[in-house]
Amino acid sequence: MYYIAKRLAFYVLAAFVAITVNFFLPRLTPGDPASTIVATYSTSLNAESLAALKAAYGLTDEPLLQQYVAYLGNVLRGDFGRSLSNFPAPVMAVIGAGFGWSILLGLTSVLLSFVLGSVLGAIAAWRRGGWFDRLTPPVLLFLGSFPYFFLALLLFYVFCFKLGWFPMGNAYSSVNPPALNLQGIGDILLHLIAPAFTIVLVSLGPWTLNMRNAMIGVLSEDYLTLAEAKGLKPRRVLLSHAVRTALLPNITALGAAVGAVFSGQLLTEIVFTYPGLGYALMRAVSAVDYPLMQALFLIITLSVLAANFLVDTLYVLLDPRVRTGGEA
Amino acid sequence: MSLSESFGAKARRQLLGSIPVTVGLVILGALVAASALAQLLAPYNPKRATGGINEPPSLAHLFGTTGQGQDVLSQFLYGGQNTLWVAFSIAVLTTLLALVVALTAAYFRGWVDDVLTLVTNVFLVIPGLPLVVVLAAFLPPGPLTMIMVLTITGWAFGARLFRSQALSLREREFIAAAEDVGESRWRIVAVELLPNMGSVVAAYFVNQVIFAITAQASLEFLGLGDGGQITWGSMLFWAQNSSALIRGAWWTFVVPGMAIALTAFSLALINNAVDEIGNPRLRADRLLRRAGVKKPSATLMTPVKRDA
Repeated sequence: MYYIAKRLAFYVLAAFVAITVNFFLPRLTPGDPASTIVATYSTSLNAESLAALKAAYGLTDEPLLQQYVAYLGNVLRGDFGRSLSNFPAPVMAVIGAGFGWSILLGLTSVLLSFVLGSVLGAIAAWRRGGWFDRLTPPVLLFLGSFPYFFLALLLFYVFCFKLGWFPMGNAYSSVNPPALNLQGIGDILLHLIAPAFTIVLVSLGPWTLNMRNAMIGVLSEDYLTLAEAKGLKPRRVLLSHAVRTALLPNITALGAAVGAVFSGQLLTEIVFTYPGLGYALMRAVSAVDYPLMQALFLIITLSVLAANFLVDTLYVLLDPRVRTGGEA
Repeated sequence: MSLSESFGAKARRQLLGSIPVTVGLVILGALVAASALAQLLAPYNPKRATGGINEPPSLAHLFGTTGQGQDVLSQFLYGGQNTLWVAFSIAVLTTLLALVVALTAAYFRGWVDDVLTLVTNVFLVIPGLPLVVVLAAFLPPGPLTMIMVLTITGWAFGARLFRSQALSLREREFIAAAEDVGESRWRIVAVELLPNMGSVVAAYFVNQVIFAITAQASLEFLGLGDGGQITWGSMLFWAQNSSALIRGAWWTFVVPGMAIALTAFSLALINNAVDEIGNPRLRADRLLRRAGVKKPSATLMTPVKRDA
């Protein structure tokens, strides 16, 4: 429990840092971007909204500390201000719709690539030096060298545009999200395949290579020789002795990967016009909608922190050394 | 101890003789040379419309033309120049910053180490792209902003890696010997620790070039680069923006995309081979297998770094 409390404190601190960066960025960057933003919108907004915008960027007479406390309060209440490009819609309303789709795409692809990569890595290490072991690393390195959005462009061009196997963008065919019956779910899955496949392909490499290297380390441990000497079946040695231990570093990496995969996912969503947070981010960038951009940064960061905390908790369940307070 | 000694002449011979390394060096060399000689090689002005719109590859335009009628080959060459120097600068700066943080932590230990480790971990856990987007959006677009933003967000993993490497080296006997001889702490860091981290630092640096190229392209693809500059990322941005995909103009995104992917792939090939040879665990295993020992025992293993 001590370990979990320690991790929780760390994530709270990280969240606090992110919120603080978000607060000071428009106020302290050189060139006074805040004034420029307000000037750009001064003609299109009414006096009341303009005052709100000025307050959001610290262009008031209030002391900095007071602004900061007010800002923290707003964030805690989930109030991230109003979107400039969809004025006067609150930023949260713009983000809310995309959040679910991003979570669906992200979870599907991270879990798929984690499971697939760990299995491939275990096989490669078990049959070390075989054709599979020789072929896998270079192929995965090559795929992993593709920026997410470039592979997305390629797959979109080939499978959605040329071959027409998958729909060209969006997360469902109808205008509104479909009902969650068999047909609706099938439709959602069909739209999910191409973007998820992209993310899995690019992110598969590290899982496989890490698993392979961890397995190679574990396979040379004495306790495995013992397991073999006891006369256990190879299958049993592989699954309940080697894989279980070798999986631990990969699970630690799962937390770190969530952030990286999420970054790549945002770009993949843009290519497939998948209506998630990435798509919202691109709209924010092209419309120079600073409040939306900043809120997206915070929301994505907080989600990633939460995911990391979940992974840490999972780790405690899997590695008894952490539970007893020993070194992991 | 110098890098070559710690690596061993044999390892170097293995490295140069290995097929992946050769392939990697040839691809990388060709891309760097082509970009460096862009002014000589480019057939057209990359910013001018010198052909029709979205012309497929032909003799006049080997890689076709863009949605604005510019020559893709010329853009690829000039774009390489702009992309590679920025990526290289980012890799140099992040590696230096990571080294400074890691060695300061390893040198001062105690609370300095605790604070630096905490800062590193916070930077590691905050997702990169959204932070970079927010930072880049508030700064004037251009190569300097790109370098600054990606340096701020890109150093943390290196600091963690170097710190744990420095800590595990510190436990070794030759460091204790240096301390007993009365060497100063700075000398120990600079003369004993640093050279022994050579292979780790080199591998990290290569990875950082890959990171920088990809991250730079991602930002430009989102439209956060300097629109007037031709880079591989901005080529992809314009391809996406002029709906090249739906018009079937595959050459406008395949060329810059493959350029990025091939650069990253060649660097990854080199790095992977260096790791296979430089990582004593993988190396010992291979040597023993060659000698006919099926499974090396655990005692031959290198000390495992205990740092999370």
